[in-house]
Amino acid sequence: MSTLTKIMRKPITSAIVAIFVGLLVASIILVVAGYDPISSFEALIGGMVGKPKYISNVIIKATPLLFTGIAVAFAFRVGLFNIGAEGQYIVGTILAVIVGYSLDLPPVLQIPVVVLVGTAGGAGIGAIIGWLKAQFGINEVITSIMFNWISLYLCNFVVSLPQFHQPNSTSSYSINESGYTTLFYGMKNSEDGAEAIRNIPVIGDAIMRTDVNIGIFVAIIAAIFIGWLLMRTKVGYEMRAVGFNRDAAQFTGINVKKNLTLCMAISGALCGLAGALTITGIAPHSIATLAAFENNGFNGLSVAFIANCNPVACIPASFLFAGLLYGGQTVQQTVGAPSEIINIVIGTIVFFMALGGVIPMLADRLDHKRAQKAKEEEAKLAAQVSDASDPSQEEANNAH
Amino acid sequence: MLTNLILLVSVTLMYSTPLIFGALGGVVSERSGVVNIGIEGMMGVGAFAGVAGSYLTGNPWIGFLCAGIAGGLIALLHAMASITFNADQTVSGVAINLLAPGIALFACRLLFDGAAMSPAVNKLPKLFGEGAFNDTPYSSLNVDITVVLALLTALLVWFVLYRTKWGLRIRSVGEHPHASETLGISVRKTRYLCVIVSGVLAGFGGASVTLAIISQFTQTAISGQGFIALAAVIFGKWKPLNTYAACLLFGFTQALAILLGGGATPIPSQIIAMLPYFITIITLVLFVGKSVAPKADGVPYIKGSRA
Repeated sequence: MSTLTKIMRKPITSAIVAIFVGLLVASIILVVAGYDPISSFEALIGGMVGKPKYISNVIIKATPLLFTGIAVAFAFRVGLFNIGAEGQYIVGTILAVIVGYSLDLPPVLQIPVVVLVGTAGGAGIGAIIGWLKAQFGINEVITSIMFNWISLYLCNFVVSLPQFHQPNSTSSYSINESGYTTLFYGMKNSEDGAEAIRNIPVIGDAIMRTDVNIGIFVAIIAAIFIGWLLMRTKVGYEMRAVGFNRDAAQFTGINVKKNLTLCMAISGALCGLAGALTITGIAPHSIATLAAFENNGFNGLSVAFIANCNPVACIPASFLFAGLLYGGQTVQQTVGAPSEIINIVIGTIVFFMALGGVIPMLADRLDHKRAQKAKEEEAKLAAQVSDASDPSQEEANNAH
Repeated sequence: MLTNLILLVSVTLMYSTPLIFGALGGVVSERSGVVNIGIEGMMGVGAFAGVAGSYLTGNPWIGFLCAGIAGGLIALLHAMASITFNADQTVSGVAINLLAPGIALFACRLLFDGAAMSPAVNKLPKLFGEGAFNDTPYSSLNVDITVVLALLTALLVWFVLYRTKWGLRIRSVGEHPHASETLGISVRKTRYLCVIVSGVLAGFGGASVTLAIISQFTQTAISGQGFIALAAVIFGKWKPLNTYAACLLFGFTQALAILLGGGATPIPSQIIAMLPYFITIITLVLFVGKSVAPKADGVPYIKGSRA
């Protein structure tokens, strides 16, 4: 195995190639449509990292995607396709708003209660989906899709209730401030504090003007925890066994039904947590009537697959995804190219991640060819050696 | 009462038609062993291509055809990934769902000066012609022609799958590709064909929204119908006629939600809107139960590997 083929076998290589091809395809489409690809990409990168404020917004946007990405990746490793991340996320936001608005405890209690209830909501939906699969063999894809819609209408129902509906708007009341997880919230709202933040060099403005919150730290911890759970614990081992071969797992005494339910509950909990932290961390801290899905869950599918379903790899994948989404808006503003080009970039990246097996396959072929060549040379060498030492062989050859 | 009943029937048919095309596409693809999560995206592209075709030529039938071709082309991508490159079919399908609506909207903005929706275009005709039975209680029974096409397609898919040798081949490839190959059936060719057909049908499904129901392309013309179609495939246990029935059930519950909503009952409209999805889950638990996919569904076929 040479260094080249070793590099080709690394999963990260597939990801980098996929990203490169995604940008290449987008450039070709931009050229065909009559836009300048170079200035488009300049605008894209400028919109992602041009100012500390932009970076801060990318991180904020990445937070829910990281959670739902881990959720999908985790379930996928257990052989379940959690297309219901969207609904579980929505349920997390709904419950966080109900509890966060109805209760007003001191922050040390309020924040955990709001976040835990939201998480439990997501976990509950996930557990139902997992249990229906384990108990009745009902495909999780159907129930997930159904619960997405049920959650959407549940959100609209709660917003419409008089006790939660903010008059003259399409949204609910905001939760009580005691539940906010926005960083420096108190400082921002006092004159001295705001002044102090503004005076911080470089990032002061970004902190002041964006909803910097604790979400991303929780999300990164969650990614590492889920990675550890999956790869380093007995629980994770059993789940992966279920994902790899359900019958074999059953045969070795692993409780498949329990694991399916538990897996979906954990996956749903992560989505619910994402929803709850969005409510506590980001203004307007409320839910609004949904006309369509906001894709915080569906985009988690893409994040998971860009990360090749590795929970820790979801961290860079979610940043990339959020960066493209956020920076993509600038492309339309400055170059005029439709911002849908970003969807095409992301779609192409995921598509080539799906083709990810190709590069290791090529590496195998290269190695195989090399090995064959080496074998041939060895045979030649051996033939020469035997030629030299065995003259009778030569005679025999001549005779033929 | 009679008017309501007739309305219920016609709204049921209207809502279920796009689902039927999409779901039949899913059936064809999955019976050959390729999971197709990308129906939603293929429907989206069809929805746009249909309108574009009708807009540019003035003939909605050419638009309908364009929709099929566009869906088929997108499906070709999925086929290449799943069949030639043995990609994970779920991941490829998710990619299609990102790519295809992106392409549709991008093209829409190019064609219509940056607008995310098209102007109104010529629609496909009604079954009995425009204005037939007007002023009678039966006027809403004059359904879109796509309703009939969907039924015919379902019968055709059933006939091909169960009454022809090609159908036998498709089903065998979906159940046991290695055995089929030993009988001289090309697994690759069969699967390619089925995935492309599935895209064509999904494209028709998209067009039956934008050329029959709403007569223009908008960003939300296809929002989730493809996923419901996917659910209908599983609900219908991968059989064309059962899947047709599953789509009718979805359409019926939607129609029921519409008729019950609008202040006719004291139940809040959002709760009524949830009904179709609850009914689906309950029906699954009580009457349908475990659904078994074609054995090789989602499994890449690698020649010479152990089955």
